[in-house]
Amino acid sequence: MSKELKGIAASNGIAVAPAYLLVQPDLSFSKTTVSDVDAEVKRLQKAIQESTDELTKIKDIATKSLGAEEAQVFEAHIMFLSDPEFTGEMEKKINDDQVNAEEAVKEVEDHYVATFQAMKDNAYMQERAADVQDVSKRLLSHLLNKPLPNPALIDKEVIIVAHDLTPSDTAQLNKKYVKAFVTDVGGRTAHSAIMARSLEIPAVVGTNTITQDVQADQRLVVDGTDGDVVVDPTDAQVDDFNKKQAAFEKQKAEWAKLKDAQSVTADGKKVTIGANIGTPKDVQGAVDNGAEAIGLFRSEFLYMDSSELPSEDDQFKAYKAVTEGMKGKQVVVRTMDIGGDKKLPYLPLPKEMNPFLGYRAIRISLSHQDIFRTQLRALLRASAYGKIAIMFPMIATVQEFQEAKAILEDEKDKLIKAGTKVDENIEVGMMMEIPAAAVLADKLAKYADFFSIGTNDLIQYSMAADRGNDAVSYLYQPDNPSIVRLVKNIINSAHKEGKWVGMCGEAAADPNLVPILVGLGLDEYSMSATSILPVRSEIKTLDSKKMADLANKVVTESETSDQTIQMVKDATK
Amino acid sequence: MEKRDFHIVAETGIHARPATLLVQTASKYNSDINLEYKGKSVNLKSIMGVMSLGVGQGADVTVTADGADEADAINAIADTMKKEGLTE
Repeated sequence: MSKELKGIAASNGIAVAPAYLLVQPDLSFSKTTVSDVDAEVKRLQKAIQESTDELTKIKDIATKSLGAEEAQVFEAHIMFLSDPEFTGEMEKKINDDQVNAEEAVKEVEDHYVATFQAMKDNAYMQERAADVQDVSKRLLSHLLNKPLPNPALIDKEVIIVAHDLTPSDTAQLNKKYVKAFVTDVGGRTAHSAIMARSLEIPAVVGTNTITQDVQADQRLVVDGTDGDVVVDPTDAQVDDFNKKQAAFEKQKAEWAKLKDAQSVTADGKKVTIGANIGTPKDVQGAVDNGAEAIGLFRSEFLYMDSSELPSEDDQFKAYKAVTEGMKGKQVVVRTMDIGGDKKLPYLPLPKEMNPFLGYRAIRISLSHQDIFRTQLRALLRASAYGKIAIMFPMIATVQEFQEAKAILEDEKDKLIKAGTKVDENIEVGMMMEIPAAAVLADKLAKYADFFSIGTNDLIQYSMAADRGNDAVSYLYQPDNPSIVRLVKNIINSAHKEGKWVGMCGEAAADPNLVPILVGLGLDEYSMSATSILPVRSEIKTLDSKKMADLANKVVTESETSDQTIQMVKDATK
Repeated sequence: MEKRDFHIVAETGIHARPATLLVQTASKYNSDINLEYKGKSVNLKSIMGVMSLGVGQGADVTVTADGADEADAINAIADTMKKEGLTE
């Protein structure tokens, strides 16, 4: 029996493949007394052997796909399994206390987790408790015969089904075999959604129940364009989707013709469409999709994919690779945006009640100047190889921008004095994502060379609504006239000072908003690479003067998000 | 028995990666090798033992080796410490 589900369309396209459940099995058990302790020890040894074999396989694959550094953690896990103080203790417990192997694993696990967690003065070691838990979980899964999902071992085409996907889950996936994602939770800006768009695979998120509605290996259809999922589809349903997919491919071929075209409105006004990227590997996708710039290079990956602070040289190499890959087109790099939900094991930050309103991004950079200066030097050195622009995230005040810029100037002067080649005219701008900054844009525009509007945060801060919280997600309204007014103020303020404005949030690729943004005179649109050609195609149909009238009408007359959408429809039909 | 003191300068102390390498190095030798820190002594061939000491930056630790290859063992461990940036 086929079953249909509706979720949020997160990444375009259609895929048909068997489901791979990335869901943690239930590993609960009861403590029992065993009479044959030798047999129980053998059972444990078998689980240890199976876990070691599995980890060795994962390690080999991870070494190839992620590099030796990343695979090191699996090496440590393998060592745990042959450690007399770990698995040896488990055997001892079975022998001494006649408990079942599961209980022995748990008691030893608890002991070490408590030991590591007690190291209050050493956050790094505290986090190692997670490694102990990981290895113990693997042992239990073999004892209980409930296999853990091992995404690194996938070797055939699948659709990943998960409650949610974390960055570490997606890092383990072999992109060659993953045809689509479907998750229970999340919205268009969830990590899984952004990841799917950068991989150019379909994704549907926020289905609520997919993990309960599908069994492993059951066939799935995922339509990421409309947010539909069909479990166990009939052949007729698959045919329908295939037709739709063919039409989508045809549309894509139409768009592809615009790859080398300029981005111009119907009346000949030129704008720039760029790509948002997360790693140097994404440059290829950006170029293939006709990006005219990199409007946002998130530098966090350098920090998050590492077990220690990335060195100046490692960062320099990454920035240089992106700059050279873009062959002289502008690359806007956002300095470290850590904090909020992004944590670093080697930079322990205090737990906060309101992490999104807390110690993050430029706030950390300004108080950890050593880290900030290292990044700025790497960026300045890379600026000699192309056209880099630097922007600071989460600027709330004029002072913060001035302070950050002064540090940058200081490093620039030092490099120039030392004879290092840098782009002396490097542009220095800021993210516009805090409402206070948006309101004070006219003053900030005197100091910043450009603004880049981060709509995801700007909307959540303006609406005071967590975009990850389903209960208040209805308040995430890019079309709300309040947001349009803020954007208008930002753009007008910048233009008055002769500065340019970009937008690097999801809204820049929202077909309902693009007409308004054209009307407001936005200079640069930056988005997931796959959105570039559809947006270029949409802009081609818009008349900038008519859109200016539309924007004016929205700002003066619209009261609600729905009214804005209706006005856009009326103006573009 | 061979004995040597080390002063740990690495910012994160003996964390997972150097701990793994130290244990791998120690395991190559037949001697009994122990790591002492704050009056506690653990088997340097045990990753759990080493990690559970929680050796942080600025710690003074002692390594002892007892057996036929004790001198080589201590030298190899000192090399690994240095190579991993644990000591200066």
